[in-house]
Amino acid sequence: MSVSSVFPQLEQLLPRVSKPIQYVGGELGAVVKDWDSTVVRWALMYPDAYEVGLPNQGVQILYEVLNEQPDVLAERTYAVWPDLEALMKENGVPQFTVDAHRPVRAFDMFGVSFATELGYTNLLSALDLAGIPLLSADRTEDDPVVLAGGHAAFNPEPIADFIDAAVLGDGEEAVLEITGIIREWKAEGRPGGRDELLLRLARTESIYVPRFYDVDYLPDGRIQRVVPNRPDVPFRVAKRTTMDLDAWPYPKKPLVPLAETVHERYAVEIFRGCTRGCRFCQAGMITRPVRERSITTVGQMVKEGLEFSGFNEVGLLSLSSADHSEIGDMCSGLAEQYADTNVSLSLPSTRVDAFNIDLAQELSRNGRRTGLTFAPEGGSERIRKVINKMVTKEDLIRTVVTAYSNGWRQVKLYFMCGLPSETDEDVLEIADMAHEVIRAGREAAGTKDIRCTVSIGGFVPKPHTPFQWASMDRPEVIDGRLKLLKQAINSDRSLGRAIGFRYHDGEPSLIEGLLSRGDRRVGQVIRRVWEKGGRFDGWSEHFSYARWIEAADEVLPGLGVDLDWFTTRERDELEVLPWDHLDSGLDKDWLWQDWQDSMSEYEQDDCRWTPCFDCGVCPSMDTEIQIGPTGKKLLPLTPVNNLRVPA
Amino acid sequence: MVQRLRLRYAKRGPLRFTSHRDFARAFERALRRAAVPIAYSQGFTPHPKISYASAAPTGVGSEAEYLEIGLQAPVDPEELRVALDAALSPGLDILEAVIAVEGSLADRIDASQWRIELPQVEEKTAVDAVAAFLAAEEVLVERMTKQGRRSFDARAAVTSCTVTQEADLPSGATGVPCAIIDLVVRQVTPAVRPDDVLSGLRVVAGLEPPVPPRVTRLAQGTLTAQGVIVDPLDTDREGAGIGGR
Repeated sequence: MSVSSVFPQLEQLLPRVSKPIQYVGGELGAVVKDWDSTVVRWALMYPDAYEVGLPNQGVQILYEVLNEQPDVLAERTYAVWPDLEALMKENGVPQFTVDAHRPVRAFDMFGVSFATELGYTNLLSALDLAGIPLLSADRTEDDPVVLAGGHAAFNPEPIADFIDAAVLGDGEEAVLEITGIIREWKAEGRPGGRDELLLRLARTESIYVPRFYDVDYLPDGRIQRVVPNRPDVPFRVAKRTTMDLDAWPYPKKPLVPLAETVHERYAVEIFRGCTRGCRFCQAGMITRPVRERSITTVGQMVKEGLEFSGFNEVGLLSLSSADHSEIGDMCSGLAEQYADTNVSLSLPSTRVDAFNIDLAQELSRNGRRTGLTFAPEGGSERIRKVINKMVTKEDLIRTVVTAYSNGWRQVKLYFMCGLPSETDEDVLEIADMAHEVIRAGREAAGTKDIRCTVSIGGFVPKPHTPFQWASMDRPEVIDGRLKLLKQAINSDRSLGRAIGFRYHDGEPSLIEGLLSRGDRRVGQVIRRVWEKGGRFDGWSEHFSYARWIEAADEVLPGLGVDLDWFTTRERDELEVLPWDHLDSGLDKDWLWQDWQDSMSEYEQDDCRWTPCFDCGVCPSMDTEIQIGPTGKKLLPLTPVNNLRVPA
Repeated sequence: MVQRLRLRYAKRGPLRFTSHRDFARAFERALRRAAVPIAYSQGFTPHPKISYASAAPTGVGSEAEYLEIGLQAPVDPEELRVALDAALSPGLDILEAVIAVEGSLADRIDASQWRIELPQVEEKTAVDAVAAFLAAEEVLVERMTKQGRRSFDARAAVTSCTVTQEADLPSGATGVPCAIIDLVVRQVTPAVRPDDVLSGLRVVAGLEPPVPPRVTRLAQGTLTAQGVIVDPLDTDREGAGIGGR
């Protein structure tokens, strides 16, 4: 049965919504295949607005990997803004893909990539618009399998009732394996229906199917245990790790949108994973071990990516890009190759040392200077030991002064507020540091015309990190500290004028905390919030703290818990955590030890340069650190000119 | 800058929802993809030398958009056209490229021809509305501008307005009536756009299209006394013929 485009109906609505181009597709790199000549069909969603979702690397990579298979079709869908959502409901237009405008419900798989938990309400909107029952239990063979991925999938329990399955970790190989399972099941004539398909997925031991697990609770509200409710599924589900990134050089054909999006650049992941060991950082913990892409593959990808896309900006991305073993040669080689062009190269610069400035100097050789950002994360020496961010105040001042004396006029400093064991004094030291930076910077630059921006993010404890047991501070505590900090920064007029101050209120962080460490009971809060109109919770103009509080108060007391229980409560060593049956490779005993070390301000070095500290990932996942240097260099590019010059 | 080229391009189908800013970004990327030796402005942030003639509104299709580019090396216009067209998404189509001989594009454009499709509107209804519109000396309509809500005359700038009916809609929706208005409007300030004329039809005759009309710009250029629109690239084409490249 063929599936037709909903564009004729959608087209009538587009003149009435803002930025209609975001719903039209037509990107370079987009693929439209014939429905009937494919066997397995995926709809991939990034559950946020198109302008945020389109540049997402994860979706772009899986889209390309899947579409390279001749019998597989993959299309994309994004969250629609409330103006179009209302018109779609009124006119019966279902959630559609932007590629061929096919209804999402017609696909075999509906894969949703959650970079953050704040996309959960948008999942419900998409399911509702698609005509797919919100609850997994209510779905039939006419509905796609709803699959969650992305970092939030390492604890999908809050959305366990709404999804059919989740994949933890790298998706490149996982989507192909899932495709194979569906292909086979379809070829056999769909034996056993939907249940059998989900069972086949669960039996891989690396795809989590929540319905096959029961959660029992203790009278005090804690989890007693999470166990399979059938004999043939594993007790624990393991994450995926793609080894050898050189074998997976995606995206080769990056999507180039017509609409304006948050990033207009060709992004290359230069490595995956991080073992710096920052204790708050979920990304660093769940993506181990470090796997580098070699300098030559990166060079090749940049060349082909720019030629294909026409972008004039390249981002060399990773969790800590200056740590790549070949980063020096990579930056100077690329700077040389693109010296006489308008291509700008950028490195998310967060490492606090002079080397980072050398790299930035190198990348800005053709005159395009991007900002410099350093992330000491904690204001005091003490709190930096707690979070394992090994930077001294002297390091930071020296680094920033080097930047100013090399011609930078503006640097950004990134910190967190609300960290475990944090006091007012820890946060107030940020003001001292910023003052010191400006004072020393003015001297080094020989001008008063320098600035620094202090940017503060709220700490949210995340699953699979040493801080997974930590209590959160209440929003009023955070807001109070930020107020004190602001006063302290402005206590010296002359210095304060040169310091910008940006921060987020404590309220959204508390809700993110609820969703990050929540269990299945939190799903009812999400649903309640969505029913009350909650959408786009990652956007401050759409997020409503009052709505979340109201929904939590309506739902949770009946279940014997409350918002504080999930957020401001510290967990003890023996508590069963909602994600304990999901295996990130990290040894829980090691995480607990690292949490104890944190409280005694004991630092942990990086296993790339010191002996293995037994976090558990490599042996349990059968992986190993993959780093260079390869000793290779980037060669000069030969200029291309496709256009013949007339005689 | 050693060569100036003038291009005619189209915004078609779903890509008519591309805004002018969206097109400009896509076009600059297409210049890089096609390795066009575009000239840049001087200064700290050099900009490619591109200038646009008045762009059709977002959501309106066009067969006649114009722009001019400056190059730092001479190229064959047809090769450039093919390469740029291939570098843009289908629906943003480069139709013609000629070497600029003299003058400016803006001086050669003072009117546009538009086609307005009105699905589910009977031909008779449209004919009556257009007759009422043309019979009026002045038709005041309102629109939000940068200066706020503004009232202006939509009638005087309209030099011709006729109604036809086609059996086959370009959108493929057959079997429903669809009146088609063929409209020529002079460039005035404030600009009178097709939706202003549609507002005028509502004001004078209560015409309320049940579904959004579909509008396409068919031509831009100089309006002659005989009511014909002269293609702004005609002069360049002739110039190239005489003077060679």
